[in-house]
Amino acid sequence: MFVRLVYESFRRQTRRKALVAVAVTFGAAVSTAMIGIATGIGDKITHEFRNYGANLVVTPDADSLDVQIGSVNLKPASGGAYLDESALPQIKGIFWGNNIAAFAPELPVNVNAGGREVTLVGTYFSKTVTLGKDQFTTGAPSTFPWWTVNGSWPKDGSADVLVGEKLAESLKVQQGSEVTLAGVPHHVSGILSTGGNEDGQIVAPLNVAQTLARAAGKLRTIYVSALLKPEDAFARRNPDTLSPAERDRWYCTPYPQSIALQLTEAIPHSHAEQIRQVAQNEGTILTRIEGLMLLITLAALLTSGLAVSAAMATAMFERRTEVGLMKALGAGHLPLSMIFVMESVLIACIGGVIGFGIGAALAKELGQAIFGSQIAVQPVLFPVVIALAIGVTFGGSAVAIRRAVKYDPVLALRGEA
Amino acid sequence: MRHGSTTAMYFRMLYRAAMLRKGQAASALTAIIVAAAAATAMLNLYVDVQAKLRKEFRNFGANIVVQTKSQQGFTSEELQTIKTTVGDRGLAVPFSYAVARDERGQAVVAVGTDLDLARKLNPWWSVSSWPSGTGQALVGTRAERVLGAADKPFTLSFEGKPLRLHEAGAVRTGAGEDSRVYISLSEFQAWTGLGPTAFEIAASGTAEEVDALLHKLQQTLPSADVHAVRQVTEGEANVLGKTRSTLLSSAAFIVCTAALCVLATLMGWVFDRRRDFAIMKALGASDRLIAMFVAGEAAALACVGAIAGFAAGIGIAALIGRLNFNAPISPQFRVFPAVLIGALAVTLVATLLPLRLLRRIQPAMILRGE
Repeated sequence: MFVRLVYESFRRQTRRKALVAVAVTFGAAVSTAMIGIATGIGDKITHEFRNYGANLVVTPDADSLDVQIGSVNLKPASGGAYLDESALPQIKGIFWGNNIAAFAPELPVNVNAGGREVTLVGTYFSKTVTLGKDQFTTGAPSTFPWWTVNGSWPKDGSADVLVGEKLAESLKVQQGSEVTLAGVPHHVSGILSTGGNEDGQIVAPLNVAQTLARAAGKLRTIYVSALLKPEDAFARRNPDTLSPAERDRWYCTPYPQSIALQLTEAIPHSHAEQIRQVAQNEGTILTRIEGLMLLITLAALLTSGLAVSAAMATAMFERRTEVGLMKALGAGHLPLSMIFVMESVLIACIGGVIGFGIGAALAKELGQAIFGSQIAVQPVLFPVVIALAIGVTFGGSAVAIRRAVKYDPVLALRGEA
Repeated sequence: MRHGSTTAMYFRMLYRAAMLRKGQAASALTAIIVAAAAATAMLNLYVDVQAKLRKEFRNFGANIVVQTKSQQGFTSEELQTIKTTVGDRGLAVPFSYAVARDERGQAVVAVGTDLDLARKLNPWWSVSSWPSGTGQALVGTRAERVLGAADKPFTLSFEGKPLRLHEAGAVRTGAGEDSRVYISLSEFQAWTGLGPTAFEIAASGTAEEVDALLHKLQQTLPSADVHAVRQVTEGEANVLGKTRSTLLSSAAFIVCTAALCVLATLMGWVFDRRRDFAIMKALGASDRLIAMFVAGEAAALACVGAIAGFAAGIGIAALIGRLNFNAPISPQFRVFPAVLIGALAVTLVATLLPLRLLRRIQPAMILRGE
């Protein structure tokens, strides 16, 4: 009988129930989408921050000082230590190897170009490194995304070079012409524009720089662009003073410090350090954006909760006559309330399920539209959203149900409530 | 006279309608307040958060660099031009570079700068202690090791002129700064005779404002090399743009949901009162009068709801600003008209639409309970 009552009550007056269900659906959809965005945005923004380029740098442990003013490198050619090119694949082999978005080795060497001394930097452009079965293609264009080339990028292993736009102007070379470096002509595949020191330099494949520097298989600096977790107080602690369990946690979190330590361990005789301009600032801004989205999500949950409650409360008010009739027929308070509670739970479940689906699709589409990659809503969110929907709907109807049940049936039936 | 009494009756009806069904009027009003508050808070955040985030992005340091092509540094006219052009549109920090040698002949880059301004420009520098007087230097961590500057004074010489320095503190950045020695610009000039050769400028404001300053500098300093630091400007444009889009879509979702709930609440309310309308009609009220009555009621609700919601929304936005940015979001009063018009539109649609459906029904049928 109870089931039938609930069923009948649910089946009738569909228009009004549809209104409430739509409200619940939208509330659940927005909650799902916002929770999805708030949890996914950190990951997306971390990727966007890779537009700022490398946030870690690896240098030889016993390196001498860099003597560079602007684009001119004044470090003596004999000075300084090198790193081994053969160690580069190990970068992808560290614990957080998957968080390494890109890296680029650099070997600067001073060279005579058209009668004047300029700095040539050797690097990778689109080099495939192999570690075990995994392959990874990386180079300067992906490590420094703001570099643009008028022409084409040189092939790794070729003798083609890029000339910085300011240097090109003073050397009077264009894309396709030739530039003589240490007596050997090189084809200029493009003119490089970076807005930085490279505008006054020549950028060439690593092997060209190695030949000029007479340092086969060597390089001087590795710029690493990694997906990091913002630094916090725990990250700044000295790993040597941590207890084994804490040290494990420290080592297994992608803090700038822990990835730097892993890079130092992976590459012999090296020292890795965070580039504070990028790593620190991206951490601060990421924390701000995440915090903002979290607060907005809380506000959205509150908004949809209140709005759904209000819609539910109005819908319940108009059931007075019905309640009066049932009471006149001898229904007790408890079973009467149960009918309405069951009904709101049913509406909440239906609205919650549809809303979750719509919300997940919204989050996905939004991620695709804004970040070019989908924001996945965790399945664990499903019971949470359903529970929220039931809680909110129940909360909204509770007051109205209690009032309706307490009405004098006579008044209610006469329509004087 | 007659006209006056009609108006009085109209307001009396509005007032009694609100008072007699306090519960329903209250829940309808709650829905409107919540929607208006959500809309206000989101609009406020959308307008102000960009400014807040842009301020955070200025921590990345200079976005414009001006370099002179002359060996001797900028002329005094050029210095004046840079100062007046930048004005309060950004922070311009002078830098002057020289290659000096230590006692053992090791080359090291010495930099003269305005240390106070450099500190403001580059907040990410990790500095143990900033120099406070003459003869004090800020030494990069790698330079510190090579010079052995940590515990004893050291001497740098430039073209035979020696300068004795104490290390006031070490600077660590993970970039070129680690290999350099920083001293105050006046001391540097007295020592080397070189004026500033580069200005690093952190221009504030939107991408267009930064661009405008860049062009202005290029025009006023034709002999210097003025360029944008693309790493900083492009990265900022990317992250800021995507954050803004996310914020805008979230705002749209939230406002839509809130508006929809207002729609559901008010529609239910109007349907519920069909007996009242039927009685009014039976007593001789025209459709137009009933519509006027309902519209007046909706408009009153919308106004009260919009004002209360606007106040609440500003509070929510300020709270979010304080919690997340440690700075309040300044209230944007220019969004109020939008909120008010939005509230009026939603409530009028929500009440007049069901009324049109009811109008087709004869009062007798409604009164009979059909």
